[in-house]
Amino acid sequence: MTQRLRLAAQVAAVGVVAALLGLLAWKLAQGESEVTSELGRGGTPTAPQFALERLDGKGELSLRSLRGRPVVLNFWASWCGPCKDEAPVLEAAAKRWRGQDVAFVGVDVKDFRGDARDFLARYGVTYPNVYDGKGSTVGRYGVRRFPETYFVNADGKVVYRIAGAVQDAEEIDEAIRRAIAPA
Amino acid sequence: MRFAAALLVALALAAPAAASEERPTPAELESELVCPVCESTLDTSNAPVALRMKAFIRERVAAGDTKSEIKSALVDQFGPAVLAVPPRRGFGLIAWLLPLTGLALGVVVVGALAWRWSHTRSGDELPDDSGAPPLDPALERRVDDELARYE
Repeated sequence: MTQRLRLAAQVAAVGVVAALLGLLAWKLAQGESEVTSELGRGGTPTAPQFALERLDGKGELSLRSLRGRPVVLNFWASWCGPCKDEAPVLEAAAKRWRGQDVAFVGVDVKDFRGDARDFLARYGVTYPNVYDGKGSTVGRYGVRRFPETYFVNADGKVVYRIAGAVQDAEEIDEAIRRAIAPA
Repeated sequence: MRFAAALLVALALAAPAAASEERPTPAELESELVCPVCESTLDTSNAPVALRMKAFIRERVAAGDTKSEIKSALVDQFGPAVLAVPPRRGFGLIAWLLPLTGLALGVVVVGALAWRWSHTRSGDELPDDSGAPPLDPALERRVDDELARYE
């Protein structure tokens, strides 16, 4: 009886430790992004998929639906100061590349929908923007600070990333040319 | 009499909770909600999004919203992770049940160990010879004779 009790207690203790280790591993995996680490090694990681509600109320937009076109993916929030600085630069780039089969998509993260819509109206943003209030995309892409911009090629691979506000039109154009270039 | 006293205590505890639900203060809500960027409670955060959330809370409190309505509106925008205390339903229930389960397990383990300890102690005082082979009748007679000599 005593031995059985001891064995049961040992099994329970090992189970609890294993569960806690599993929880720790899961939490670490959530925080780790393969996109930024692979980009850092000079690779072209696959852009994590998402399907999020559009801020213009026209249903959902998924990254998969843009497959076959280079995509400029900008992560922003209305409360973020540098996002205000880069908004006109990005909008100008979107207009410059219009008609050349390049998609611009904004991902509004951890924000109020109303604030986000006001922001888009104030800065005259015309390209589609999606809402990610919970920030489900942040960890998977490895976004650390806002804003960040990712350039995805037609095969769905991330080829370049700009951390911080996009200020230089030439840098955007060069990154888009990379995304257009055959892999 | 006891029932009346218990009822009074229950009412005394329930009244402030109901008032807090109907007329919450910004301060108590800020301590029960988490900034989604810095992951600390709003009352300890000055991150831009936390300041915006605090302004939202003040607006909704002034408009007469209940605590649940304000929390629900924020969960709708930012997800359940903004709640400092997980809800007592769905996945959040695990956070409530896990410590209680651990406590119950601890009680069972401590109880079992205490039982074992007391059982061993009583065994020391009264050695169990039930498994020993019976004495040879001749030997037993001899022991009795020897003992009789000392009486």
